[in-house]
Amino acid sequence: MCIEANHFLSPDMRRVFEKAVSEEKSPLGRQILGQLQENLQIAGEDMIPICQDTGMAVVFLKIGQDVHVEGGSLRKAVDEGVRQGYIEGYLRKSVVGDPLERVNTKDNTPAVLHTEIVDGDQIEITVAPKGFGSENMSRVFMLKPADGIEGVKEAILTAVRDAGPNACPPMVVGVGIGGTFEKCALMAKHALTRDLSEESPVPYVRKLEKEMLEKINGLGIGPGGLGGTVTALAVNIETYPTHIAGLPVAVNICCHVNRHARRVI
Amino acid sequence: MDKKLSVPINRDDASALQAGDYVLLTGTIYTARDAAHKRMQETLDAGGELPFDIKDNVIYYMGPSPAREGRPIGSAGPTTASRMDKYTPVLLDMGMGAMIGKGKRSPAVKEAIVRNGSVYFAAVGGAGAILSKRILSSEVIAYDDLGTEAIRRLEIKDFPVVVVIDSRGNDLYETAVNEFRTI
Repeated sequence: MCIEANHFLSPDMRRVFEKAVSEEKSPLGRQILGQLQENLQIAGEDMIPICQDTGMAVVFLKIGQDVHVEGGSLRKAVDEGVRQGYIEGYLRKSVVGDPLERVNTKDNTPAVLHTEIVDGDQIEITVAPKGFGSENMSRVFMLKPADGIEGVKEAILTAVRDAGPNACPPMVVGVGIGGTFEKCALMAKHALTRDLSEESPVPYVRKLEKEMLEKINGLGIGPGGLGGTVTALAVNIETYPTHIAGLPVAVNICCHVNRHARRVI
Repeated sequence: MDKKLSVPINRDDASALQAGDYVLLTGTIYTARDAAHKRMQETLDAGGELPFDIKDNVIYYMGPSPAREGRPIGSAGPTTASRMDKYTPVLLDMGMGAMIGKGKRSPAVKEAIVRNGSVYFAAVGGAGAILSKRILSSEVIAYDDLGTEAIRRLEIKDFPVVVVIDSRGNDLYETAVNEFRTI
């Protein structure tokens, strides 16, 4: 799944690319979008990773409560999959074993593993390799309830504006609103894995996603940050109940290589 | 009409470029990113010499993915340049010809570009597969222990870049964005 995600984008990503090419008004922007489409084609045909930053492997496991895992450690199994995928797939090893000592682990482990217990007897695995050009530009805002929806809009725009050309636009923007400090960040990351052709089931969130996409594209950053009318390909928002005293907002920026592979076992 | 330029790049050629120019580079360049810059700085601080002659040479901020058999290099797109800002003015003052990366630079780097008549190019971020096709050969020349972050000498042909900061300090990231901004 690591190899698949790093060489092929999902069909919804390819569709938004085509839409972007038809909508971009800047000639240089269109040239860059064309280069990115050609890049995707070469990546798949010649098995060269779409981007050299093949990411830190973020893995979401939705584990059905009726599932019993036998034969060893699930954590070790996930890391072993990442290790094999990154070595056999000629993917870059971009992980250091300690954030300050900074010695490369040479096999891209460990993965960042998020597990959730759900109903049922299956396990849904989502592998989302995350590059750090865009990860570095992501933000958490602990807003006040009085900041309201306008405060949320301003937070999203601030994050995207500051990210600018560093985050390899056109971007995909994942947003988490509500919960706690860590919950909103996790929602923002998870939002990036939602199929871009699916809309939020919540009417006001759906409206906010559309409005923010328009506003972000009005920032003028454009493909490659070289100016244009397509700065983001999509905005995906997740929400969760929160505390009477708070309004946490996380903005997880992803580059145009929004990678994820999903399987159910 | 795309411009073609050979690298290494002298001051006259660098100074003639303007922010917004689309340029195809051919010749020899060197890769270095975070860990290699840190080590180069430590070498200079200790009075040592850099692993290659910096004069007129171009540094590409890039750490490739591993090459498959029979290929010179794996995916090979630019990384975010601002992480190298801390180390860059010294290298520019030593005569570095140009840099290839992506993303904004600090005011100190811009001043050093203007002071030295240099130039900052951007390659398209996230286009590592297509850019690898413009790299003819790759050889690690220093810091092999850093893995993907080692310093490599690359031979490139028609490698596509855009001039972002020119020798007069014009910054395409600022001017082009203003042109399309509606909010």
